[in-house]
Amino acid sequence: MLKRVRADLHIHSCLSPCGDEEMRPRALVSQAMAKGLDMIAISDHNSAENTAAFISAGDEKGLKVLPGIEVTSKEEIHLLAIFDSQEDCTALQNLIYQNLPGENVEEVFGPQTVVNERDERIGVNRRMLIGATLLPFEQIVSVVHSLQGIAIASHIDRQAFSLLGQLGFIPEGVPLDGLEISSRTSKQEAKTRFRSYQHYSFVWFSDAHRLEDIGTSMTQFLLKETSSGEVKKALHHEEGRRVLAA
Amino acid sequence: MTVFDIAKSFGLETRAGKDHLHEEVTGGYASDLLSDVIAHSRKGNIWVTLQTHPNIVAVASMKELAGIILTAGREPDSDTLRKAEEEGIPILISPLFAFELVGKLYQMGISGTGEC
Repeated sequence: MLKRVRADLHIHSCLSPCGDEEMRPRALVSQAMAKGLDMIAISDHNSAENTAAFISAGDEKGLKVLPGIEVTSKEEIHLLAIFDSQEDCTALQNLIYQNLPGENVEEVFGPQTVVNERDERIGVNRRMLIGATLLPFEQIVSVVHSLQGIAIASHIDRQAFSLLGQLGFIPEGVPLDGLEISSRTSKQEAKTRFRSYQHYSFVWFSDAHRLEDIGTSMTQFLLKETSSGEVKKALHHEEGRRVLAA
Repeated sequence: MTVFDIAKSFGLETRAGKDHLHEEVTGGYASDLLSDVIAHSRKGNIWVTLQTHPNIVAVASMKELAGIILTAGREPDSDTLRKAEEEGIPILISPLFAFELVGKLYQMGISGTGEC
């Protein structure tokens, strides 16, 4: 039996330097549930050190939380990588850490707070998470797939840090699972503007950096259960799974 | 002035498109956002960038640019080289950062495309 799942799979926590300090597990999970979401993903810049805490907080309250990372490629393109297992997500994080130069300057970019499931600060990440990795975009897509993850190009309608902004067009044959479009572009506009990319599934997520942003943009999927593997099937129209509406 | 003249004056190494260095250079464009290059570069421009992705060749080919100079000694990706040979797009390497390189090109008499 397939069911309708309301998902916001692009949310930053207090680990992202640009993420609000309020973006902690209990507060964020409560807000997501209040917005009627069935599933979210935590996707901080170049790190997944907070995802386990959010997954625990979600388990406690009954909200499905997927681990993810918004990776920055060497071309400064943002790619949303979402997984079912924390281990796979951490494997991607390890590769990123080997290829991410620099140290964060908190006064300039903001704090990178590591938290536990009770919203308590347990540490600080000192890497420059806002920076770019040394990894080519296509290589990241390929690694995400080898780890059973989903690879979605972030906010392609924006000029900054987007696949289309940085590279002008989508290179042929990149096996992306979907294209994320920001709330600035409506479904109708997207259909026209990105007509040449309609063989990819389009999704709308909030890219929330503050509590009030969560769920302001979401995508509804028809899935068997709330998992990344099911979302992947929906993005590729497999076994009756599909993207319902944004 | 041709791409060959530029390569010769600055001692730039040519990585691709050796048979296509005699295009006349109409001006220059410097940008690392490919979408911006698509929007604002002009036919025959020499393009200064640090991007090494294969899409630079596609953009240069589509906009009929005279050639690409990679700054700060960056090397093109292997796919980029292959495509550049196929498309006949010269790729040159400069050890200079973009600001210095563009300054020198300007002194040589290559100007930009004016205000946007």
